[in-house]
Amino acid sequence: MAALEEEFTLSAVPLGAGPDGLLGVEQCDKTDQFLITDGGRTVILYKVSDQKPLGSWSVKQGQVITCPAVCNFQTGEYIVVHDSKVLRLWTNEDVNLDKVFKATLSAEVYRIHSIPGTEPLVLFKEGAVRGLEALLAEPQQKIETVISDEEVIKWTKFFMVFRHPALIFITEKHGNYFAYVQKFNSSVLSKYTLLLGQEENFVIQSFTASLDRKFISLLSLSSDGCIYETLIPIHPSDPEKNQQPRVVRSLLLKTVVSGNARNALSVLDQDHVAVLGPPLPASKECLSIWNTKFQTLQVSKELPQGTSGQLWYYGEHLFMLHGKILTVIPYKCEMSSLAGALGKLKHGQDSGTQTMPHFVNWETSQGYGLESKNSEPSKRILRRRTIEPSVQPEVPASQQLLSIIKKDSEKHIEIELRKFLATKRTPDFHTVIGDIAIGLLERCKTEPSFYPRNSLMQLIQMHVLSYSLCPGLMEVALEKTDIQMLQLCLQQFPDIPEAVTCACLKMFLSDAVQDEKMEEQMGILQNGFNPEEDNCDNCDKELSKKPQKTVEETTSCPVIPKRAALLNAVLHSAYSESFLLPHLKDIPAQHITLFLQYLYFLYLKCNENATMTLPGIHPPTLNQIMDWICLLLDANFTVLVMIPEAKSLLLSLYKFVKSQICICSELNKIEVSFRELKKLNQEKNNRELYSIEVLELF
Amino acid sequence: MGEFKVHRVRFFNYVPSGIRCVAYNNQSNRLAVSRTDGTVEIYNLSANYFQEKFFPGHESRATEALCWAKGQRLFSAGLNGEIIEYDLQALDIKYSMDAFGGPIWSMAASPSGSQLLVGCEDGSVKLFQINPDKIQFERNFDRQKSRILSLSWHPSGTHIAAGSIDYISVFDIKSGSAVHKMLVDRQYMGVSKRKCIIWGVAFLSDGTVISVDSAGKVQFWDSATGTLVKTHLVANADVQSIAVSDQEDSFVVGTAEGTVFHFQLVSVTSNSSEKQWVRTKPFQHHTHDVRTVAHSPTALISGGTDTHLVIRPLMEKVEVKNYDAALRKITFPHRRLISCSKKRQLLLFQFSHHLDLWRLGSTVATGKHGDTLPLSKDADHLLQLKTKVSKMPACLRSAVQIMFSEDSTKLFVASNQGSLHILRLLEGSFKHLHTFQAQSGTVESMCLLAVSPDGNWLAASGTSAGVHVYSVKRLKLHCTVPAYNFPVTALAIAPKTNNLVIAHSDQQIFEYSIPDKQYTEWSRAIQKQGFHHHWLQRDTPITHIGFHPKRPAHILLHDAYMFCIIDKSLPLPNDKTLLYNPLPPTNESDVIRRRTAHAFKISKKYKPLLFMDLLDEGTLVAVERPLDDIIAQLPPPIKKKKFGT
Repeated sequence: MAALEEEFTLSAVPLGAGPDGLLGVEQCDKTDQFLITDGGRTVILYKVSDQKPLGSWSVKQGQVITCPAVCNFQTGEYIVVHDSKVLRLWTNEDVNLDKVFKATLSAEVYRIHSIPGTEPLVLFKEGAVRGLEALLAEPQQKIETVISDEEVIKWTKFFMVFRHPALIFITEKHGNYFAYVQKFNSSVLSKYTLLLGQEENFVIQSFTASLDRKFISLLSLSSDGCIYETLIPIHPSDPEKNQQPRVVRSLLLKTVVSGNARNALSVLDQDHVAVLGPPLPASKECLSIWNTKFQTLQVSKELPQGTSGQLWYYGEHLFMLHGKILTVIPYKCEMSSLAGALGKLKHGQDSGTQTMPHFVNWETSQGYGLESKNSEPSKRILRRRTIEPSVQPEVPASQQLLSIIKKDSEKHIEIELRKFLATKRTPDFHTVIGDIAIGLLERCKTEPSFYPRNSLMQLIQMHVLSYSLCPGLMEVALEKTDIQMLQLCLQQFPDIPEAVTCACLKMFLSDAVQDEKMEEQMGILQNGFNPEEDNCDNCDKELSKKPQKTVEETTSCPVIPKRAALLNAVLHSAYSESFLLPHLKDIPAQHITLFLQYLYFLYLKCNENATMTLPGIHPPTLNQIMDWICLLLDANFTVLVMIPEAKSLLLSLYKFVKSQICICSELNKIEVSFRELKKLNQEKNNRELYSIEVLELF
Repeated sequence: MGEFKVHRVRFFNYVPSGIRCVAYNNQSNRLAVSRTDGTVEIYNLSANYFQEKFFPGHESRATEALCWAKGQRLFSAGLNGEIIEYDLQALDIKYSMDAFGGPIWSMAASPSGSQLLVGCEDGSVKLFQINPDKIQFERNFDRQKSRILSLSWHPSGTHIAAGSIDYISVFDIKSGSAVHKMLVDRQYMGVSKRKCIIWGVAFLSDGTVISVDSAGKVQFWDSATGTLVKTHLVANADVQSIAVSDQEDSFVVGTAEGTVFHFQLVSVTSNSSEKQWVRTKPFQHHTHDVRTVAHSPTALISGGTDTHLVIRPLMEKVEVKNYDAALRKITFPHRRLISCSKKRQLLLFQFSHHLDLWRLGSTVATGKHGDTLPLSKDADHLLQLKTKVSKMPACLRSAVQIMFSEDSTKLFVASNQGSLHILRLLEGSFKHLHTFQAQSGTVESMCLLAVSPDGNWLAASGTSAGVHVYSVKRLKLHCTVPAYNFPVTALAIAPKTNNLVIAHSDQQIFEYSIPDKQYTEWSRAIQKQGFHHHWLQRDTPITHIGFHPKRPAHILLHDAYMFCIIDKSLPLPNDKTLLYNPLPPTNESDVIRRRTAHAFKISKKYKPLLFMDLLDEGTLVAVERPLDDIIAQLPPPIKKKKFGT
């Protein structure tokens, strides 16, 4: 995911930048050092990480630097041109630009290009190109004219294509644009006409280019605010046949900036471009990073003091003039996930910005772009047009929902929530759900009459909530004695505090359950509430069939199936003994007795089959039952001893424990006997220390 | 193949000693194991876990600690108060040096491997400098009031942790004084024990000290503050050993209940940087105390009173899930402890301090496959020879291996200096005939010898170089079999053909013709086709090779779990054929039987098999040592209640 980091400024004092801003920012042979050439007379060498200048050089009064200073990566010298024709070469040690090496050329220089790994190139205003070494050997050599009379170079860039340098420059003549690609391994100059497609009346404001295998991908930002891509082949297919091949622009991103201002564009990597300019005609200037593959805005940063409409990008730094101050914004692009690339909308909240197209086009891939290099200029655009209306702008869903929660009716919230839940899940889905739940609960607290039961149930059933994600939910349910919701929470939440578990238990054992019996059953049908306790229903039926076989108190389930289901939910919940015990003491003794009776009943049911399990879908395990019996006895023993109703129960539990101890000691005795038997058996084997046997090998 | 009468012998009353220490050397991938009788064994983990070297023990040298130092030097220390360095080339003790601190309980080499620490009975920790030839006492640390049972260096070498009784001390190496003294709780599950013995300590580079003690606890201490950070109660009995991986992301502890626990440093939640130690896996491969553990990069190694050496590969660290990733349990030595006189039907058993001579019984009955025949004469125990030091000629004093010629007139002795001696045996005396000097530049001892039945050839092999074949007649080196990557586990020379059969620890078998000085056709053929994959996956080495007296095409080999007679005249098995068929073929026509027959005739009836040989053409002798018989002689394990817990 692309991200802009905290910006920092390079110079406290504003640069003497002219109305056109800086001349240029260029890389140096040492990492982290950059040559800044301002519009006037000064070249400054900055160390970016230290944010301080290392050196500064100026030309004499009256002279004007006409082309940004560059570093010769092969020698470490700096080169600058002043007054269009005078070349200066100097090093770090030199102080005065006036005293350094000077060469006066015969033609006006447009730019000097220097990139690591090759010698610097000088591009003349007439389109001719010379290597620096050749030029210095004979400064006054004749420079030919390449471009026609009224053609003006607008933009230029120097690449290394498979270890061979290549230069591209764009010229303009009467609103027509031409691209020249000069390759130096074969000294071929290819010229292309840029077809602007339908938007011919717009002016191109900024160019940037990157290499994409066999093509130079030239991106241009038009005054209509759209970014277009032009693919220029590096190896011209057949230069003789077609004297001036045409290359077609195709729309890459639509209306990224308002077209009227000075905008700039820079390619960051294969999928990302940086755009400088105001997103809306009236708004302030912004630096935005767009993902061209997914056509999404990745990140955007407002630059309230305005810029000069210039943008440079080297390594991990974006350079621009913010106000009058040179600002560096580090840029990072980490591995992007698909979900991350879907991006965010900057102006999500206010509805007026719905005009900003934000859509996903899965077909926008490099491979697709390659096909449309020479023909069918409008096909792509058409195709895109047809797609556009069908794709709906995505709702800034969770925020909208939260605002709905704050004011709308329960019914409306429910409908909106259902809509929201039907959309696809993002990685932070569970936190969003948590936020919504908290939003609902907050309103519950402020508005006592507001209880969006169905919405909350829906949220819980998403299986992503936990107690800690929406603290207070169970408390509200307890307050409203919403037993069904509590049961659902007990089943779903992994992290319920013991105090709350106990409070639920208390409620389940109290009379609240019985009273609401009828009402609950309605609820059951409505919400697909699964009364889990088929087992207990079955128990009842089974037992009623054969009541004569066992003693009265063990046969019948001491609680109604509804309550049994609720208690089972408690049995399943996680707990820690030491935290649970103090709360168990608060439960009235009658309820404890009832619960114990139920647990004892479950235990007896367990003993009915060999695997010691209960029937049903998700029954409590024997261990859970035993643990709870122990817990209840530990917490309430002194009280229970005093209650006459509990006496028979305690006696039967006591008998049961006694019998268990008996069984264990018998088992231990048997184990010893078995071991002796085994020993005897071994001795018998040992006696055969020597024998002669017959063996046949096959 | 035919029918054999098999003398099934189970009266070899061999009990391996319990394992006391293991020390893993990462550079050479070798494992040193010391046993309670002072025996030290070296296992080559790269060579199919072969026990390639062996130093016999002595009653007076009970080892308590074993460690590797720089340059793959091996030291041990024990209750006699001496530090011993082993000569891994000559297979001898290089020197022993008294530390003058009473019995030594613990020893640790510094992370750089140039210093040695020992912890003594009198509470002293002594620092020794390891010099190229010897070790030299440097100084004592502050004396503690009770014995030092465990020691561990901080990986930077600046501090050490010393486990004693009831407390752990942290020493500064520079000053030699105790920086911290961390008292360990004697309480064990609410019951106060008499003493809490710190059986093991480990010092991690972040300053954490991990201790294991007799109360069953694994505890984490902060050595900077001397405070207890965390306690894991892992056992109801002592936790006796601990070993940490080099990356410090996992460690292993062994308990007196025979359980080995693996602890790992895992993230608290996924993708969080906070990590904590979690007890991840318990292993129960032992029945008795796990006295010692080691942690190789890919495996947990444990050993203890039940005499098994267990190597448990960590599945998550093993890249290729092949047979090497399987659990190894090594119980028996990878050498032959039994020799047999075929003519007189005598068996000689080698124990650590005595020899037993038995005569086999006989029967006149006959039977069919699977019958046990009635004995007409039972086996007799003829005599027991105890070690007795008398005057011996110099060359015999430190023999690694001895062997008689077939006609009992000559004795061949491999000395520990790499030379071989030939002695002529006379009535009641002997005469030194010749010495084959070691190959120039090597002092490696020859640990395997083989002599041809006609007495003309002598083959000898060390652990790394190839097999040398000497001509006894001409008293000179005849040839050298090209060296192979894996050590030799057994050697034998076939009668008549004088083919040398060599078994290697990677289960390869070569047959080399001594007269022709080249591999035989059959050997080339089987190398070309390759051995059956089940053959290569056996995990015990071939320890003995024998030949059929009448059929020169038959070779008998055995390891601990099978024996095999190779009939060279039959076709070789490929990976599609069944190598071992435990069931006798039924109702199959002779044609099918003949078509499916292959050269390897395998039987797994006798196991664990310590020795097997052909007495004559129809009689085999098999010496078994059932594991139950060994377990019966061990002290009883800690009893664990199965019911009512």
